[in-house]
Amino acid sequence: MSSTLDNLVRMANQIATNLKHEADPVGAMAEHIRLFWDPRMKQIIFAHDGTGLSPDAAKAIDALKASA
Amino acid sequence: MTYQPQTDFGTPASRSEDQVTLTIDGRETTVPAGTSVMRAASEQGTAIPKLCATDSLASFGSCRLCLVEIEGRRGTPASCTTPVEPGMVVHTQTPHLAKLRKGVMELYISDHPLDCLTCAANGDCELQDQAGNVGLRDVRYAADATHLGQTKDHSNPYFDFDPSKCIACSRCVRACDEVQGTLALTVQGRGFDSKISAGLSSDNFLGSECVSCGACVQACPTATLVEKSVVEIGTPERAVVTTCAYCGVGCTFRAEMRGEQLVRMVPWKDGKANRGHSCVKGRFAWGYAQHQDRILKPMIRAAASDPWREVEWEEAFTYAASELKRISAKFGKQALGGITSSRCTNEETFLVQKLIRAGFGNNNVDTCARVCHSPTGYGLKTTFGTSAGTQDFDSVEDSDVILVIGANPTDGHPVFASRMKRRLRAGAKLIVIDPRRTDLVRSPHIEAQHHLALRPGTNVAVLTAMAHTIVTEGLVDEAFVRERCDWNEFKDWADFVSLERNSPETLEPVTQVPAADLRAAARLYATGGNGAIYYGLGVTEHSQGSSTVMAIANLAMATGNIGHRGVGVNPLRGQNNVQGACDMGSFPHELPGYRHISDAATRREFEAEWGVALDPEPGLRIPNMLDAATDGVFKALYVQGEDILQSDPNTQHVAAGLAAMECVIVHDLFLNETANYAHIFLPGSTFLEKNGTFTNAERRIQMVRKVMSPLNGLEDWEVTQELARALGLDWNYTHPSEIMDEVARLTPSFSGVSFDKLDEEGSLQWPVNEAAPNGSPIMHIDGFVRGKGKFVVTDYVPTDEKTGPRFPLLLTTGRILSHYNVGAQTRRTDNVVWHEEDLLEIHPTDAENRGIKSGDWVKLASRAGETTLRATVTERVAPGVVYTTFHHPMTQANVVTTDYSDWATNCPEYKVTAVQISSSNGPTNWQEGYDQHARNARRIETAEAAE
Repeated sequence: MSSTLDNLVRMANQIATNLKHEADPVGAMAEHIRLFWDPRMKQIIFAHDGTGLSPDAAKAIDALKASA
Repeated sequence: MTYQPQTDFGTPASRSEDQVTLTIDGRETTVPAGTSVMRAASEQGTAIPKLCATDSLASFGSCRLCLVEIEGRRGTPASCTTPVEPGMVVHTQTPHLAKLRKGVMELYISDHPLDCLTCAANGDCELQDQAGNVGLRDVRYAADATHLGQTKDHSNPYFDFDPSKCIACSRCVRACDEVQGTLALTVQGRGFDSKISAGLSSDNFLGSECVSCGACVQACPTATLVEKSVVEIGTPERAVVTTCAYCGVGCTFRAEMRGEQLVRMVPWKDGKANRGHSCVKGRFAWGYAQHQDRILKPMIRAAASDPWREVEWEEAFTYAASELKRISAKFGKQALGGITSSRCTNEETFLVQKLIRAGFGNNNVDTCARVCHSPTGYGLKTTFGTSAGTQDFDSVEDSDVILVIGANPTDGHPVFASRMKRRLRAGAKLIVIDPRRTDLVRSPHIEAQHHLALRPGTNVAVLTAMAHTIVTEGLVDEAFVRERCDWNEFKDWADFVSLERNSPETLEPVTQVPAADLRAAARLYATGGNGAIYYGLGVTEHSQGSSTVMAIANLAMATGNIGHRGVGVNPLRGQNNVQGACDMGSFPHELPGYRHISDAATRREFEAEWGVALDPEPGLRIPNMLDAATDGVFKALYVQGEDILQSDPNTQHVAAGLAAMECVIVHDLFLNETANYAHIFLPGSTFLEKNGTFTNAERRIQMVRKVMSPLNGLEDWEVTQELARALGLDWNYTHPSEIMDEVARLTPSFSGVSFDKLDEEGSLQWPVNEAAPNGSPIMHIDGFVRGKGKFVVTDYVPTDEKTGPRFPLLLTTGRILSHYNVGAQTRRTDNVVWHEEDLLEIHPTDAENRGIKSGDWVKLASRAGETTLRATVTERVAPGVVYTTFHHPMTQANVVTTDYSDWATNCPEYKVTAVQISSSNGPTNWQEGYDQHARNARRIETAEAAE
């Protein structure tokens, strides 16, 4: 993985971990990425095969990708 | 304004709401109960002669000059120590009083050098004034035994102490005690032998505990303590009130001038943030403004390896615009971005973000708050609904329990720290949560009830354990929570924190805080009366910075410590305009007023005003810009007033990002470290050279007023405007007030702000709108901005930055009193006498294990990089923890800090880096290489001599 992708995977996992107590953790994480990540960051993570992503992070990214 | 000393009413104002009417010199006057006769007289325009009294200090009653006669009372009481009473009849001038005062003055002058014509305070000396006021014409006493001819103390770089001119009024000693709270000065000896002494008699001012705040100099009624600048230049002839450009306290000063030369900065007594006090930086460290290192001509170069070439402004703007257009055409508009600065004014910051959104055509704008208080914005907006602190600074006067977490206010926010210490000396209780034993933990007449010396990186665990104690021991203010907060969210939070895994006992191995101490601190905060929390970057600069801010908000809501004086959640902002830079829309996802860029209705307002379509997608944050640069897709950056190479984490990554760009425009006072990678340099103007506003940590908007012409010819807002015009934007601002008018039109929380209103009110705390036309000192009084306060579950997540055999110690970083941020300003002042270099603090046990002594060169290594600096062995840090500052570029502490960051905002995790320390015999290869690179990058082509 590139350094940027490494960072994005780590950030996604961090977000998922810290939002796990939300009523809808997957939705909350998807919304967080929608609000704070720039389009290129989203495109990179959307294009990623999911390696290294936690299950919640992967679900959230899939959900956001589907709604994009 | 023409020069006039600030009005001195002699004694402090009374806060009583009861009124007392009395008669002074035949005139009836009404004042608050508790007012002194001296102040009552002064307020009605009668100046009673005085020497030992000044309105910043409690009355003292020693000089015997302010005597008055009161009908029905025997003797001649001192007016400074006599409170008014109903029906009192006072006479301030009678033949008897005149004779007494003349006698007192005669004694003073008999032991005072009569060198008024050559004295630095000539014309600005209270002793001289009072001698005239009492009509002293000759001195009958022989000068057999005097204090004349004593040795002057020139040791302090900013002021002189001449004991020959001292009248032993104790104003300096009392100022140090009461105002500053350092208690560095004392009166040594008794009677005729009385002498002002800084510490021990063997100490001089520089060697003493004096922190050079200037309170003693300001309080001195003679030339005993006088600024060196006054000695050198002379007394000022005019004064302009302006706002300090250092920390987020936002002290207001009178810039006292002769022509366009600054003579001295004197704290403004009417300043609502500082209430007439100052610190060594704001008071004295302004010499950088005229420093020879300042760059005054624009410069350009094709490559960062070339020498700079000086050009005229027009060529610089044309070249910059052509490069930005070229890069936009070649790589797309997303390849451009900019960084605003918390050191610049609101108006400048607003223009930079407008340039990027409206001119560059994207939202790739960020600010240095990214690397300090971005978690505050996220955390407080989520929980309370507003990205700002809840109180004004005056609020601390009503606090009963003060909890300081991750902040070192005596160094970082010294003027507010003095106000806090004053309240602590009056009896408020103190809890400090910090890995280091900061000065606040134990200082004269102050001792924290609890110092929770937690392991770095465990803030959330400590705060959750405090919440566990409060909830499980039944200390929640349930009435407040039911009325003001979402009850269901509270219940979820309460259930979570009540889990055994969140108890102080279970978490003790993680936090290293004794459970009993943590429980006691939690009980004190919850039950000790008005509880106020103050925090700094030790909270935000973590991988769970935003969670920590929310955990703090949870505690405040659970205990009802929100919505009135004495309580609240108070972020201590690092730089002068962190709050303002955030307010002005510097973040890539928000327009001014914290409104998300994806909100179509908000965007339409800006599009209508600016005449362009705005990108609805959030832009890149600083670390994301650097990642994109190293990926080859981000190519141009306009940086105003920031030095990201020195201040941002993982220096080598920052350098690689900058080196990968084709156009780096640095707009700054000096050739800073970032400029070593720049292609265009636009010289900046200091806060003394421009108009605008700063917004301090209490949301207080204050005027910055131009007191001298910009040495480079343009104020910073003009530079940004010219760059915008070169890019084709039709900007025609003629004054920063017009920029603020635009801010007010577009930003609901600023709708009532204008320069005229600020001139009228002195300052305004936002929101300023129809509902609060004069601002909002305290927020969330009747309800939270978001409606119901939101409790957020904050589960402790250990950082990914782990210690281990290779890197067994934890590094945390911070600041020192005498320096500011990257030191670009303060290193170019005499403040370097207190701190010539960054030092590594290491515990004696860790030092001994490595054979390290104080003063040794040591190598500081992490997974990110390594640097060298000298060690100081101290118990201020716990075993396993080391600490340093980041004020000096050759240390480059950020070479070792990592890319880890806050989960919500990407604020770097400066406060936790796993490191190893070992002996060293000098700079690392990287330091030597960087030094060579910096020397090379700063070359300026010399113009060829004309034929």
